[in-house]
Amino acid sequence: MKKPQEASISITGLAKRFEKSPLYQNFSLEIPGGQITCIFGPNGCGKSTLLNMIAGLIPLDSGQVRFGGRALKDIKIGYVFQNYRDALFPWLRAIDNIKYPLSSTGVSSRQCRLRAEELIHQFDVGFDLNRYPYELSGGQQQLVSIMRSLATKPKILFLDEPFSALDYESTLSIRDKLQDVFISTGVTIVMVSHDLEEAVYLADNIVLLTKRPTQIAEVITFNAGRPRTPNILSDPEFVRLKAYSLDVFRREANRS
Amino acid sequence: MSSSSLNRLSKAATSLLSVNIGTLILLAIWWIAAALELIDRVLLPTPAETFVSLWNALISGDILQDFGLTLYRSLYAFMIALVIGVPIGIILGSSEKIYQSFEFLIDFFRSTPATAMFPLFLIVFGIGDFAKVAVAAFAGALIIFFNTAYGVMNARKTRIMAAKVMGVPRWRVFRDVIFFESLPQTFIGLRTSISLTLVVIIVAEMFVGSTNGMGQRIIDAQQVFDMPQMYASIIATGVMGYGLNQIFLITENKFVHWKGR
Ligand SMILES: Nc1ncnc2c1ncn2[C@@H]1O[C@H](COP(=O)(O)OP(=O)(O)OP(=O)(O)O)[C@@H](O)[C@H]1O
Ligand SMILES: [Mg+2]
Repeated sequence: MKKPQEASISITGLAKRFEKSPLYQNFSLEIPGGQITCIFGPNGCGKSTLLNMIAGLIPLDSGQVRFGGRALKDIKIGYVFQNYRDALFPWLRAIDNIKYPLSSTGVSSRQCRLRAEELIHQFDVGFDLNRYPYELSGGQQQLVSIMRSLATKPKILFLDEPFSALDYESTLSIRDKLQDVFISTGVTIVMVSHDLEEAVYLADNIVLLTKRPTQIAEVITFNAGRPRTPNILSDPEFVRLKAYSLDVFRREANRS
Repeated sequence: MSSSSLNRLSKAATSLLSVNIGTLILLAIWWIAAALELIDRVLLPTPAETFVSLWNALISGDILQDFGLTLYRSLYAFMIALVIGVPIGIILGSSEKIYQSFEFLIDFFRSTPATAMFPLFLIVFGIGDFAKVAVAAFAGALIIFFNTAYGVMNARKTRIMAAKVMGVPRWRVFRDVIFFESLPQTFIGLRTSISLTLVVIIVAEMFVGSTNGMGQRIIDAQQVFDMPQMYASIIATGVMGYGLNQIFLITENKFVHWKGR
């Protein structure tokens, strides 16, 4: 079922600068396919920029990003933005937002409907998708964003702080739905998180970044099985890795 | 009638009253000022005289013809403005480079009163009806064009990125995202534009050799000091402007239902 080879990401020799100073210089990172990788780092170190560069939304100054040996245009990706309010299309009903990635690329309306039904089932949606996004709660809107990003059955799913604008309850529930989708599809997930506990909870790999010019401080692996449940929060290995990650983060933050 | 529906009726009446309390106050002041002859009787007729004059003009039907002609000219001008303004706005707004190269020209014409162009348009189009419509269309198109371009330029970047990352073809990003993103601002342009075309048409009817229309009617009444008729015509013109604005607001709320949410 899983084809990790296909959906891995190799970043080599990446460089990016904005007017004043370099953000990335000779930056390389391997993101394994079929796993969840969380990116964690200080404010403004370039997490969003990194994600956007990998997803082809902003250009690199130099370097290369390959997806299991392939180029971006040869692979399907999904992207979930931090601010669902600005990312969903308010002129379309929620259901049409979900179908849009398919309908806009010429998929038949029957196929669109079938795929939407599949997603509704998978996410166990309990609210009315015939409403407009602005009629839904924040959590519901972000759920719609995630469903939209998965409509095309992408090989890689990028999420940029998808929970940061949500309340705690929505965060927990959507986080677990995301994990379920991962378990059943094996999609490669790359997620920026500002919550270390959340990162360790979800991730197979946690990439800790330094202050700019940004380098990799450390990549930490967490092998616990899935589905992970809140019980894992008291698992000794979880506690140890979380504390260790925090140490690394503190060390990097205090370095001048 | 049941007591609950009576209740509802009285509630509706109360809210109508509270919305229009300012209007009633103004009418009262007008009435008192006219009755006490605080202002020369010739300059300020009573509200009653004015509304009787309006009523008579309606019954005889001659005001309806002028009303219809002015409305027709304003809408005609607006339609031309729409057909020219929206596409140009979209094109210029979609490229910062193109917009910048036209920026001075745009600002210059925006700052030039459209009425200053009357003589030019008269020479180009003759003294017929179309010269008036053309000036009004010119003024209206500038407003529409400017607002549309502004709406396109300020389309939310995240939504465009969201469509891009889905692999949506460029032209579809334009049609499905940027166009809708620009709609709220475009509608502001349309609403301002219909008001402006009405202004220009009225002025043109007053001073640019016209024999009919509300502008002409107001001027005619003034010439013969028929003040009740003049006030009646001004009020009728105001009703037209208000009505047009309301129609646009309703259309806007329906089409751009997500605005401000
Ligand atoms: N278009 C741009 N022009 C100039 N500087 C930019 C631009 N985009 C980002 N930057 C700068 O690059 C740095 C990294 O930005 P980025 O948004 O990627 O950081 P981040 O790690 O996602 O931050 P946050 O934790 O706030 O989400 C910031 O210092 C930002 O000011
Ligand atoms: Mg960010």
